[in-house]
Amino acid sequence: MKLHFDLKSDAQENRLFFSRSVTLIIFALVLFVTLIARLVFLQIQTHEKFSHLAQNNRVNLSAIAPVRGMIFDTQGQVLAENNPSYSLELIPEQIKDLDLTLTELSKILPISEKDITAFKKRKGSNKRFVSTPLRNRLSESEVAIFAANRHLFPGVDIQAHPLRHYPFADISAHLVGYVGAINDKELSQIDPVNYRGTRVIGKTGIEKTYEKTLHGSVGYQQTENTAQGRPIKVISHTAPISGESLTLNIDMRLQKTAYDALGDFNGSVVAIDTQTGAVRVLVSKPGFNTNLFARGIDQKSYTSLQTSSRRPLFNRALQGLYPPGSTLKPFFALAGLDYKATTRHQQVFCPGYYQLPNQKHKYRDWKKTGHGHVSLHEAIEQSCDVFFYALAHDLEINRMHHFLSKFGFGQKTGIDLMGEKSGLLPSKDWKKRARNQVWYPGETLIAGIGQGFNLTTPLQLAQATVLMANKGHAYKPTVVSHSGSQVSTASQWPAIQLGNPNDWDHIIKAMSSVVNGRRGTARKIAEGAPYKIAGKTGTAQVFGIKQDEEYDEETVLEHLKDHALFVAFAPIKKPQLAVAVIVENGSHGGSVAAPIARAVFDQYIQLTP
Amino acid sequence: MRIPLQNYHKTSHYHHRENSILHRLHIDMTLFFLLLVLSVIGLVILYSAGNEDMALIQRQGTRLAVAFFAMLVMAQVPPHILKMFAPWLFLGGILLLLSVLFFGDMGKGAQRWLNLGVFRFQPSELLKLATPMMIAWYLAERRLPVKFKYIFLASIFIAIPTVLIAKQPDLGTSILIASSGLAVLFLAGISWQLILYVGGAAAALAPALWHFMKEYQKQRVLTFLNPEDDPLGAGYHIIQSKIAIGSGGTYGKGWLHGSQARLDFLPESSTDFIFAVFAEEFGLIGCALLLLIYLLIFIRSIYIAVQAQDTFSRLLAGSLALTFFIYLFVNVGMVTGILPVVGVPLPLISYGGTSMVTLLIGFGILMSIQTHRKLLSS
Repeated sequence: MKLHFDLKSDAQENRLFFSRSVTLIIFALVLFVTLIARLVFLQIQTHEKFSHLAQNNRVNLSAIAPVRGMIFDTQGQVLAENNPSYSLELIPEQIKDLDLTLTELSKILPISEKDITAFKKRKGSNKRFVSTPLRNRLSESEVAIFAANRHLFPGVDIQAHPLRHYPFADISAHLVGYVGAINDKELSQIDPVNYRGTRVIGKTGIEKTYEKTLHGSVGYQQTENTAQGRPIKVISHTAPISGESLTLNIDMRLQKTAYDALGDFNGSVVAIDTQTGAVRVLVSKPGFNTNLFARGIDQKSYTSLQTSSRRPLFNRALQGLYPPGSTLKPFFALAGLDYKATTRHQQVFCPGYYQLPNQKHKYRDWKKTGHGHVSLHEAIEQSCDVFFYALAHDLEINRMHHFLSKFGFGQKTGIDLMGEKSGLLPSKDWKKRARNQVWYPGETLIAGIGQGFNLTTPLQLAQATVLMANKGHAYKPTVVSHSGSQVSTASQWPAIQLGNPNDWDHIIKAMSSVVNGRRGTARKIAEGAPYKIAGKTGTAQVFGIKQDEEYDEETVLEHLKDHALFVAFAPIKKPQLAVAVIVENGSHGGSVAAPIARAVFDQYIQLTP
Repeated sequence: MRIPLQNYHKTSHYHHRENSILHRLHIDMTLFFLLLVLSVIGLVILYSAGNEDMALIQRQGTRLAVAFFAMLVMAQVPPHILKMFAPWLFLGGILLLLSVLFFGDMGKGAQRWLNLGVFRFQPSELLKLATPMMIAWYLAERRLPVKFKYIFLASIFIAIPTVLIAKQPDLGTSILIASSGLAVLFLAGISWQLILYVGGAAAALAPALWHFMKEYQKQRVLTFLNPEDDPLGAGYHIIQSKIAIGSGGTYGKGWLHGSQARLDFLPESSTDFIFAVFAEEFGLIGCALLLLIYLLIFIRSIYIAVQAQDTFSRLLAGSLALTFFIYLFVNVGMVTGILPVVGVPLPLISYGGTSMVTLLIGFGILMSIQTHRKLLSS
């Protein structure tokens, strides 16, 4: 190695390397001089100009946030609007004596200790020369008082910000959602240029899903400012483009009826126009005051909302997962006919329980004494469990899964709102995949009455009911009717074809008997209705009852009572509206959930010419 | 003959006062001192740029400590060991780059990171050192000046990491790596004629290159040519940066008093655009002194290259020296608006860790080259 090196490293090579090194140094010197020359140009030759820009009359390029689009219901009722809000803001670096200024300010305006503490905290975390709010939501007279004294307070000014306001805060809380201050995670996902100047962003509901449409595009203006940073002259101005307003399919009159009809219960009501897929009602109760969030909610109120046992922040309509109970029976019945696992006339004897061949375990019917001999029609009308145990046993879980998934169970409906849950429609594959367990025949029976692993959202139940009402045809549910002048186009749901299309009518007839039949489980709501409703009641167990235990409604704790469900559409002849109602701990589908649907139908019929 | 003699003479002279502890630790005092001064200046200006955030200073201080430690460790590795590993490091680096292309993490729209579970690693940093090492290794065995055949093959070695990194896309690093490789070629004595031809061809091909550039890269070039076109978007950096620098004047506004650069208006004020903060607060005088320190570090590094005894060390040292200075030029050029914005940090001053460690490891190599020399006469 050494030898080789000595041989090669001769004088010529050394000379070459030396001259190249000198060239590099000259090259670097040229670059060095270039940079110095540039700095001389900027800092001496054009220093005056930049100094002028920076110091005396600072040219301030400021972004103008676009006005956020408003949200209306289908009747033009305002659901979200922008109100002006004035805040008193300080630029600490431009104030000589901060404490004195604060004392003087509190002499002319009501400023609490709390405001001052919050201001100091905010000031600490802000960058320098940033306008920091001391008090928000000043009244008109407070604005006038400060304006008169403004010359006494350099570095202090009133800033106007639009404040989002929701007139139907509680009723539309989950539907419309709310806006809030942009957080770090959101900051990394938005275009920072377009949001320069924007303070809030949609957090939930329509506000979040349609953030892009509602926000608009930023504008900017160049102003010449005084040394105190007050604009004295606008040099150039590019107007922002306001966000587009949205018109929803929701009818607030129906929404309010549904919300009120739920009374003190927690629950959800979803109503969809069967003809168009337009979502007319999307209620999750309890709601909450979204205006608190838009203004900037304080920690205490937030914690109390978060920890409330009624879970007001939870969007039950899209994310609530409930066992559908007997509301699934019409769909299983249709599956039974289509797969020829049963016929319209086949009778099953119901002694009040069902047993698998060679097994002791008794699968109970809700009616202890049994329903006697029942046909499919009667089994739906009276909600006989034993009939559906037997049907499920013949159908097998995989065929049940296949048929019901056509109705959207176990999948997202594709509604134009974020955060929808897909629910659960069990199958052998699913159990193997998710739990790595085999499927037991008993689980098929439980699934056959909508219990067990089955979980659905209120929205899914409503959409499935639309498909039943329209005999296999529907659109995807849509909340937004149009944004600006652009009409949203509804996309078609994959049509469901039956071997014998008359089977639809048979099931719908049975659902009609649930309401209009002599022994129907929801017969009470038929009274006095000038139109005909078809529906199905359901009861979902909140907790499991052991083999020998009795479910006693009187003694069971309120939060362990069964959920009451009801799905329905009307009028039967020419269906217009499908409704799904879930009342948490409401106990009875027929007496608690069904009347809520009736109230919604009544008003719909009354409002529709 | 005169030059080598001069070299040998200097070397032996140097050796007389070599028994100090510093030399045994393989520390080159001149470089060490200059780098330390630069780092301290960096922390001082970062304190201002980061709005007096002490936590930021602590983080940067820790990174500096780690980087200095890495430099000292590197200084212990003799150059012939480095030479032995050069081709393997390069090969490994290329393989890592390819895996980034296929399995890498996306960060801010660019695919540069390789997630190793414990930490994330940027293979392009490795290649900043491995590329000049590879070219130096390859050419060290040839007779200088190098034949065209070898120059051609060396160019391909340079092109591979350059293209792969440009694809990530990271134009700034890709330029630095290309220039580190080309610096070795230049030092190895490619003819001026060839340089002229290639330069001419590159100028002619520039319009073709335009078609291969990503949209944001095109945007940067357009913005550079006319920043006023897009005052709120990409041109914003340059306009604000120029106002900050220009308003600093001859003496500057004083430490912590640069209102302009510290306004919300100057983005990246503690990373890529920190020079604007410095220029506003310390003025032309401060800038000239700062640039002088960089120049001194460069000259010291070239001196080490000239002093080096074997071809590999010499080529590598010269390349590391030049790359360091180009780093500086690209950053300051971009902040002052004479070069497009390519996202290169100001060496040792900008906030951020990865590139600082690489840079100081490079200086560790220089120290190793300087302190592992042997007396030829012995």
